[in-house]
Amino acid sequence: MKNEAMAIELKQIRKTFGSVVANNNIDLSVKQGEILALLGENGSGKTTLMNMLSGIYKPDSGSIFINGHSVAINSPEDSIRLGVGMIHQHFKLVEALSAADNIILGAKEKGFFLNRSRSEKIREISKRFGLEIDSEKKVYQMSVSEKQTVEIIKVLYRQADILILDEPTAVLTPQETKRLFEILRRMKEEGCAVIIITHKLNEVLEISDRVTILRKGESVATVETAGTSAQELTELMVGRPVELSIDHPETYFEENLLEIHHLTVCDEEGFEMIKDISFDLNRGEILGVAGVAGSGQKELCEALAGLLPVKKGAILYHKENLVGKSPAEIIKMGISMSFIPEDRLGMGLAASMGMVDNMLLKTYNEGKGPFVSKKAARELSKRLVKQLDIVTPSVDTPVRRLSGGNVQKVLLGREIESQPNVLITAYAVRGLDINSSYTIYDLINEQKQKGVGILFIGEDLDVMLELCDRIMVLCNGKITGIVNAKDVTKEQLGLLMTDASGKGGHKS
Amino acid sequence: MIINFLFAAIKAGTPLLFGTTGEIMTQKTGNLNLGVEGMMFMGAFMSFFVAYHSDSLVLALLAAFAIGVFAALIYAVLTVSFMANQNVTGLTLTIFGTGFAKFFGAMMIDEAGGSPKLSGKFLKAVSEKAIPVLGDIPVVGKLLFSHNPLVYLAVAIAILCTLYLLKTRSGLNMRAVGENPGAADAAGINVTLTKYLHILVGGGICGLGGAYLSLINGGGIWNNSSVVNGQGWISVALVIFASWNPAKAIIGSLVFGAFSVLQFYVPKNIIEVPNAFYVMLPFLITTFVLIITSMRKSKEGSQPAGCGVNYFREER
Repeated sequence: MKNEAMAIELKQIRKTFGSVVANNNIDLSVKQGEILALLGENGSGKTTLMNMLSGIYKPDSGSIFINGHSVAINSPEDSIRLGVGMIHQHFKLVEALSAADNIILGAKEKGFFLNRSRSEKIREISKRFGLEIDSEKKVYQMSVSEKQTVEIIKVLYRQADILILDEPTAVLTPQETKRLFEILRRMKEEGCAVIIITHKLNEVLEISDRVTILRKGESVATVETAGTSAQELTELMVGRPVELSIDHPETYFEENLLEIHHLTVCDEEGFEMIKDISFDLNRGEILGVAGVAGSGQKELCEALAGLLPVKKGAILYHKENLVGKSPAEIIKMGISMSFIPEDRLGMGLAASMGMVDNMLLKTYNEGKGPFVSKKAARELSKRLVKQLDIVTPSVDTPVRRLSGGNVQKVLLGREIESQPNVLITAYAVRGLDINSSYTIYDLINEQKQKGVGILFIGEDLDVMLELCDRIMVLCNGKITGIVNAKDVTKEQLGLLMTDASGKGGHKS
Repeated sequence: MIINFLFAAIKAGTPLLFGTTGEIMTQKTGNLNLGVEGMMFMGAFMSFFVAYHSDSLVLALLAAFAIGVFAALIYAVLTVSFMANQNVTGLTLTIFGTGFAKFFGAMMIDEAGGSPKLSGKFLKAVSEKAIPVLGDIPVVGKLLFSHNPLVYLAVAIAILCTLYLLKTRSGLNMRAVGENPGAADAAGINVTLTKYLHILVGGGICGLGGAYLSLINGGGIWNNSSVVNGQGWISVALVIFASWNPAKAIIGSLVFGAFSVLQFYVPKNIIEVPNAFYVMLPFLITTFVLIITSMRKSKEGSQPAGCGVNYFREER
């Protein structure tokens, strides 16, 4: 550690988007050689705040000090010049270019022509920080963690000494996360200031020196990590005490619902994304599906819902094969299968229609005559608003104006209302804050107790271990294991996700 | 005969090469400019007008480039600064450019009291000349080294643009802007400046294509109705055929040039097809090319991912 100077100091930062106040009176500081965790629920303004440091947004008022000097950051260029490197949650990489091209992109260096010696400098940086990268590989052929490595090298290449990471671990396996943390610790030793945004509390406790908590756009507290606990952090984040455990009701149905035999599915471009997998789903069971992003989860869901054609294999529902049937035919057979897609406003709901019209999407062809009746749908919407505490100005407000948690409740409510036997949910709590997440877990558990078979595609392994009965791990479109959630650890799941037998890199 | 045919194909393909190279420069920076036809039309008029009054080839070419830059500037201001829809803006530019050239073309005809004609001195400057020594090589000399100066200019521009795109730092930055402006912006590249610069240069090159049509193909006489005649549109399609690589556009424009002159080289006594068929041929081939290339699925050699979408940094 060089000295105790503040690498970054933010004072009374305020930023508004139209009438929405995203950040208000925010104070934050990071020393050199320190890792600060920025914690807050979704919509609490973490990313907005960091985007002001990286020059994407300009603050309306307030001041930014870097290494003790007051600065104005008007563009990403300014920010890079000041030594700030940001690794965005959605990577800012050019897919069609190679790793090396992405790394040197925009770097202010001499010479009109690209010099091929750049890969040496990249190699040197990789070695110093213990990173591994094939600098000629194209980004679109890379796995998520490889892309992240490229982003990190890109920042190091510009000699940034202030590093901001926006939810870097959301897409990583536990092993990859561990490696990332080692890299961050090494950067800390080199005197870099690091800000890490995450809402995984155990990671905050593991990696950070101090934690700054944001709530509703304001900085509510900054605490030393050593003297705090997950419980305290949650309370600061939410503003009141929260129960942090997920129910796990036992059910006693002995009935098999779905049997999948040797299923092979190709995506729209003809790549085999699901390769010869077999599993079954029972009544009253939550079967978790874990895997690195892009391991075939999306294709599995869409094949089960009848949206993607099946290349080989069978999907048996009470011994009846569903392969080759359209979604409408599957519904007509009296099988009620509900699919909650990951892209809620794209595939799940019509974003610019209100709740009423979205309810009708599933039932419009049940009525008689050429006209639809909105009466039943309106009543249903009103009931859901009451039952699920959906916050919306009215049942006719376009659903895209609702917050993520409320959108998910609308979708889940509609699907549950059709009393399905099988419920497929993909990333049900993605982008939801802690409170909404627990509401969703409760709803899913309620369905489980009713005897519904639930396929739960998830990303947070801690949650899956608590919520699911069994967990199936996908890697490269193959099943690498189906385990009882009670008898397995996060690390074991992580190994299955990357498939220790190692059959080439996964595509994303 | 074959040599004559290929020679004519090169000649007919050159304006397409200008148009295609210009449009590649525009698309590589993330903007689809459908105004090529209009920019060529404006270049065609402007160069003819200047050539008519000054008898200078250099001035005529500069004028064509400048008016192309001007037309592209209109497009760039609307799409890059004001975020107007790129397709609509480009189409409008085509309509505007065509109208512009025809309006002033008609004025020029009125002024001259009949179709204006370029001077013999000027026509000599743009005529086909064999390069000493090289031009004397049998076959190759005629095919490659006996053209009018604009042919060499077109090929040189295409090769320079290829080198620029692949080998230079600013070429890399520009490709990044075209693929993912958000990533380029975060990397500290000035997206707006990059876009403006390349859209303007691209427009200028398209203008030169127009100059070729009015100065060379027109035979020195201004014809108000059929100067450009769809060549701009073929250029846009050729961009796809060339998979966004100006060097490949050299081949592509040659192939299309060949189709457009085919009718004069097919022996009439052997194959009898109405002339209209030949006139239609390049457009028919364009259609097929578009169908076949759209089935291609590789990431490299396909349209820049950010092409056609305007970029606004603070968009959420």
